Amino acid sequence: MKKIIATLTAILAMGFSSSFAGTLVINTDLTDPAPKAAFEWAFNKFQEENPDVTIEVNNFDHEGYKQAIRNFLTTSPPDVFNWYAGNRMLPFVRAGLVEDVSDIWSDTGWVDGNLTEGMSHAKKPMTIGGKQWGIPYTYYQWGVYYRKDIFEANGISVPTTWDEFVAACATLKAAGVTPITIGSKYLWTTAGVFDYLNLRTNGYEFHMALTKGEIPYTDPRVHAVFDKWDELVKPGYFLENHASLAWQEAIPPMINGEAAMYVMGNFSVALFKEGGLTNDNLGFFQFPEITPGIPMAEEAPTDTMHIASGAKNKTDAKRFLIFLSRADVQEEMNKTLGQLPVNSGSKVDPDPFLEAGLNMLNNAYAMAQFYDRDAPAEMASEGMKGFQEYMVNPDRRDKILERLEKVRQRVYK
Amino acid sequence: MGWFSTTPFLNVPDSTQITYRKSSWWKLNQQRLTPWIFLFPGLLLFLVYVIWPIFNSLYISLLQWDGLSPAIYVGLSNYIELLDDEYFYISLMNNLKWLILFMLAVPIGLGLAIFLNQTIFGIRLIKSLFFFPFVISQVVIGIIFSWFYNPRGVIGPFLDKLGLSNYAILADENFATYGIIFAGIYPQIAYCMILYLTGLNNLNTDQIEAGRMDGAKGLSLFKNIILPQLKPATFLAIVVTVIGSLRSFDMVAIMTQGGPYGSTNVLAYYMFETALSEYGYRMGYGSAIAAVLFTIMMFYILFFIYRMYQSEKKGL
Repeated sequence: MKKIIATLTAILAMGFSSSFAGTLVINTDLTDPAPKAAFEWAFNKFQEENPDVTIEVNNFDHEGYKQAIRNFLTTSPPDVFNWYAGNRMLPFVRAGLVEDVSDIWSDTGWVDGNLTEGMSHAKKPMTIGGKQWGIPYTYYQWGVYYRKDIFEANGISVPTTWDEFVAACATLKAAGVTPITIGSKYLWTTAGVFDYLNLRTNGYEFHMALTKGEIPYTDPRVHAVFDKWDELVKPGYFLENHASLAWQEAIPPMINGEAAMYVMGNFSVALFKEGGLTNDNLGFFQFPEITPGIPMAEEAPTDTMHIASGAKNKTDAKRFLIFLSRADVQEEMNKTLGQLPVNSGSKVDPDPFLEAGLNMLNNAYAMAQFYDRDAPAEMASEGMKGFQEYMVNPDRRDKILERLEKVRQRVYK
Repeated sequence: MGWFSTTPFLNVPDSTQITYRKSSWWKLNQQRLTPWIFLFPGLLLFLVYVIWPIFNSLYISLLQWDGLSPAIYVGLSNYIELLDDEYFYISLMNNLKWLILFMLAVPIGLGLAIFLNQTIFGIRLIKSLFFFPFVISQVVIGIIFSWFYNPRGVIGPFLDKLGLSNYAILADENFATYGIIFAGIYPQIAYCMILYLTGLNNLNTDQIEAGRMDGAKGLSLFKNIILPQLKPATFLAIVVTVIGSLRSFDMVAIMTQGGPYGSTNVLAYYMFETALSEYGYRMGYGSAIAAVLFTIMMFYILFFIYRMYQSEKKGL
């Protein structure tokens, strides 16, 4: 109904004010309070600066959006919609549903954008077939969140190498603390662990090649990743029963002091703090080095904004994208989001986790999106199922990797 | 009343006959046509919303299609791939487990119905409490049961006593399906119980009296007098239970999402996962799974229709 009204208003507005820019229809999934507040601010600000444009927002439920996007892009495309970088947008780009916005990136005709300078480091995940298909407005770091007080009580300092990391796990386990908590019911948390083990063991280029389907899953280098994983899984360093827990449900053990670390994204900080942890006992460190000499790449999933190829108001849609990529806008939005602005001209709030993340990402060799955004959907879903199965039954590694190889050959053919 | 006794009828018989014949096509065929006219709206909806989608999904199952880009015709390759897909066999086996274990709802429902079919003070309140699981949504039951199964939750102390401390059934690939079936059977029992309670209300008391006089009591009274009278209720209970077990989707979606690693998948959920979920872009493959599920259901439905036809024939 909302959508119908929005479309009707869009049509009416276009009819009556064809000389003006008119209505801008935006489809989003802002159900969580922080993104909602951030975007409300952005919408108001944009309208203030562009009084000739009326913004119409169709808000979807966050999970439902992932299914709804296929329908609305094919049947009633909005002007602007939000999505994710990397291979996640590939099916839509391939189906010709997303507008090429390379001109925004290359600055021709969009003087106020100046994207090439501020966001050049984020250009790659927005590129498919040599063209850019949207702009990023926020991202966040992944890494290890840990209990400072538990580390101190057991005489552990922040590990920077793999050996130190494994030793820390052993000490914690001996002290009766679960070293690493994880909730793998929804699978993707396992991919975070896999990605970091892979990025540190084989490096960024290998990660990209693997997710692009250029490397068999039975490759010895993939086995090397699982050898490292074995060192954590076989001694039981991960939380028990993780397959029945959502990622949020794995947080209470860490708040209670039963677990000490979580390989997670920065969005978890809000939940840790809600549970009573503070900057004094919650800490963050970069995932430790495994193969010495491999440049440290990080996971930094990026949220993006796109124009539908069927958009009725592409002019204002582009104005909105340029607005959203501005340093001052990203700075203000990310303050509310509690995440990192992509534009390097933006400043970050004095928050130890954001500062640590920004520092880490600014020095990162490269940024991976995440296994399920870099690999195509089918491969990602099978892969993450396999990772979960491996974490419960490490003995089945060979069988799992053979199955994944079979999937790879089908998906990428 | 008066028109057939008027003179024109006698004087001009030919013209009357002609006008009579002109209006006769409708009159002659009225009996045959009326049911079709009344059926027409229903048939139209049935064609558009049932028959056409069935054939359409059978057609889609021959395609390779992500729902967005142009489809590619691939013949039977989706079905061939299905034969080599271990998740498919797991789902099929789980469907079988659901089908067999769900049948327990029928005797348990019967037992509860007999137990509750008493006239004592407050029985209505107690009955309504037993109706409760049927009234609340499946989604709510699924969520509550997954909390219930959490080893840190209410069953924690009991698990400790059993020596199973920290055991999470939904994380155990061998038993997670049974955990979900147990949750799914909970409202199904209430459903069967309601069906039997209505059946028990309509028992013929004369027959029971007569049976008693002939010396039947206890189990033999139940087996020979009451159970045959409950046959319609039993039939209905079995039908709804089989259907309920075959479309077991919501419980799986809520409690495990088919996990851990696909071990609790059922065909209905696996179809959804491959075609429509967050990572599912394989419309053709999903449709092939749907076609298999459809075939299984078709066998059952045809058997059911045959039985019904036979008994109707006998009844007439």
